[in-house]
Amino acid sequence: MSILVDKNTRVICQGFTGKQGTFHSQHALDYGTKLVGGVTPERGGATHLGLPVFNTVDEAVKNTGATATVIYVPPFFAADAILEAVDAGIELIVCITEGIPTLQMLRVKAAMQGTKSLLIGANCPGIITPDECKIGIMPASIHQAGVIGIVSRSGTLTYESVHQTTQQGLGQSTCVGIGGDPIHGMNFIDVLALFQADPKTKGIVMVGEIGGSDEEAAAEYIKAHVTKPVVAYIAGQTAPSGKRMGHAGAIVTGGKGTAESKMNALKVAGVEVVNALTDIGVAMQRCL
Amino acid sequence: MNIHEYQAKQLFQNYAIPIPEGRVATTAIEAEKIVQELTHESWVVKAQIHAGGRGKVGGVKVAKTPDEIFTFTHELLGTRLVTKQTDCVGLPIDSVLIEKTYPIKRELYLSLLVERSAERLVFVASAAGGMEIETVAHEMPEQIITVTIHPATGLQASHCRKIAYALKLERAQHSQLETIMRGMVELFLAKDASQIEINPLIETESGELIALDAKINFDDNALALHPDIFALRDVRQEEAKENEAQQFGLNYIALDGNIGCMVNGAGLAMATMDLVKSKGGFPANFLDVGGGTNVEKVCEAFKLILADGTVKAVLVNIFGGIVKCDVIAQGILAAMAQIEVNVPVVVRLEGTNAEQGRALLTDTGLKLYAANDLNHAAEQVVALVEAAE
Repeated sequence: MSILVDKNTRVICQGFTGKQGTFHSQHALDYGTKLVGGVTPERGGATHLGLPVFNTVDEAVKNTGATATVIYVPPFFAADAILEAVDAGIELIVCITEGIPTLQMLRVKAAMQGTKSLLIGANCPGIITPDECKIGIMPASIHQAGVIGIVSRSGTLTYESVHQTTQQGLGQSTCVGIGGDPIHGMNFIDVLALFQADPKTKGIVMVGEIGGSDEEAAAEYIKAHVTKPVVAYIAGQTAPSGKRMGHAGAIVTGGKGTAESKMNALKVAGVEVVNALTDIGVAMQRCL
Repeated sequence: MNIHEYQAKQLFQNYAIPIPEGRVATTAIEAEKIVQELTHESWVVKAQIHAGGRGKVGGVKVAKTPDEIFTFTHELLGTRLVTKQTDCVGLPIDSVLIEKTYPIKRELYLSLLVERSAERLVFVASAAGGMEIETVAHEMPEQIITVTIHPATGLQASHCRKIAYALKLERAQHSQLETIMRGMVELFLAKDASQIEINPLIETESGELIALDAKINFDDNALALHPDIFALRDVRQEEAKENEAQQFGLNYIALDGNIGCMVNGAGLAMATMDLVKSKGGFPANFLDVGGGTNVEKVCEAFKLILADGTVKAVLVNIFGGIVKCDVIAQGILAAMAQIEVNVPVVVRLEGTNAEQGRALLTDTGLKLYAANDLNHAAEQVVALVEAAE
């Protein structure tokens, strides 16, 4: 078991024939992901990486039975790409693209309400169920099939958590990078609920960062609904107020969204909060 | 991206939001010309910088005579203003806004922003204008009124009524407020703003609502869609090194410590700063070299870090994923061969081909230390700085 994706998940790629799409699709195929085709307008009918190319997501779904898509199109085309996937009835949409305007994402999220599609990202590394399905830009080699569910706002911090849980011999059930943008798809709570319900997941690593209040909301949720051990780390404990630390979402304003407030909320919820990034794996091992 | 108050007010004017009568001067000669054309008796001279808190430090001055306008303009232009929102060097005053003053009955607050958790545009209003809204929210939360706008239906008359009644506006002022709110929403959506703030929104003795101050922030991700907005950018108000870094795809923010940090990924860069601090060190910067690290980027990153003369040691922390660690190690060596690096450099490489990478960085004859793990790397760089002092 795992969450959201497994070895049977049929995946297509939007922006398939582009540089990023080609590079990461090849890696996904090498990993064993059931990539069944791709979409690039005006390139329909062609074959790329040995797979069929379609002009529209709708055509791709009808011909391949895909239920998941990964998006590598440039930022100003990404909102359209997400909505096209929603219209085609895709269940899981993973948007890797960085730099989508916030108001476009605001409209996309409003349009997605009431549909059956789930969105991961944008501006995220993607999702992986080790040894089964890799959708995104994460390095394959550090992962190991196992029992820890990982959910994170940051790409490289997801990799650090993966690496540490692999070193501890725990491995990962599924890892989800939810992305660093202010308005994004699935949030901590959505993923925590799935990990809680997944029999294979024995423990959860949650990596947050400064800005917003998603971690505080997650803390409330954990207190009420999560019985599995959770280890959390929050990046940006020493970041100055008013400065945007790389991610569009990582900014502390007017004393809101500080690491301290997030860490306190999580501690109150019974989460094992580590101060140092390097303690994640050890703490997870200890909590099991 | 931020813009100046006078630029924000010009945009307000395009969207029918009332602003004070005023003119911009960038030289004393311009100010003199403006003064000759003035008829009203009381004016205010406002220094134009990308930071708040100007009034408390002499950046906003009331002039009673044309001579005073000229004198104040002359005094402010060409100097720097340090407020509690700037660093200790302050920001250059390259222009002043000369505005008519109005007899003020009340100071209100009105802003429009993206509320992340609601994923909606939200108006924030308060009868306690003129002070920082964060302070109001903290000290008298009952004074804060919010209205959430659904993207499908947009601003409704009821939204405006809710705020108008809460602010105890006269019936005749309701339509004025609605015009202002409609203008703010239109401007926000048309130009991809991330925040529009009017503080204070004044009610004059004669009952007019006027945006006495104006602050607009724009979504950096959307600037390429709005060349007219991008043209308003004033790089002199921005951190020169941060801009330079941007040109090379680097994300740099200067801090006041002495340990330079070079990291891939924003989250990991923050985490590295946190770790250095927890070991008793002080990071000199936040620096995200991003994905696809190459020799050119590493070179530029070293140059940026070392340009800060206070840096005593550098910590390079790279999690090699798609870009393998041995390739990154070669990049670091090539960069160190190209530019003079006189301070010790501690490198932590992890991920794909980490061991090959570490081997390349060992016994190089350079002041280069390949750490086995991140904890060790942070401890080592702090120890090296302490030894150097």
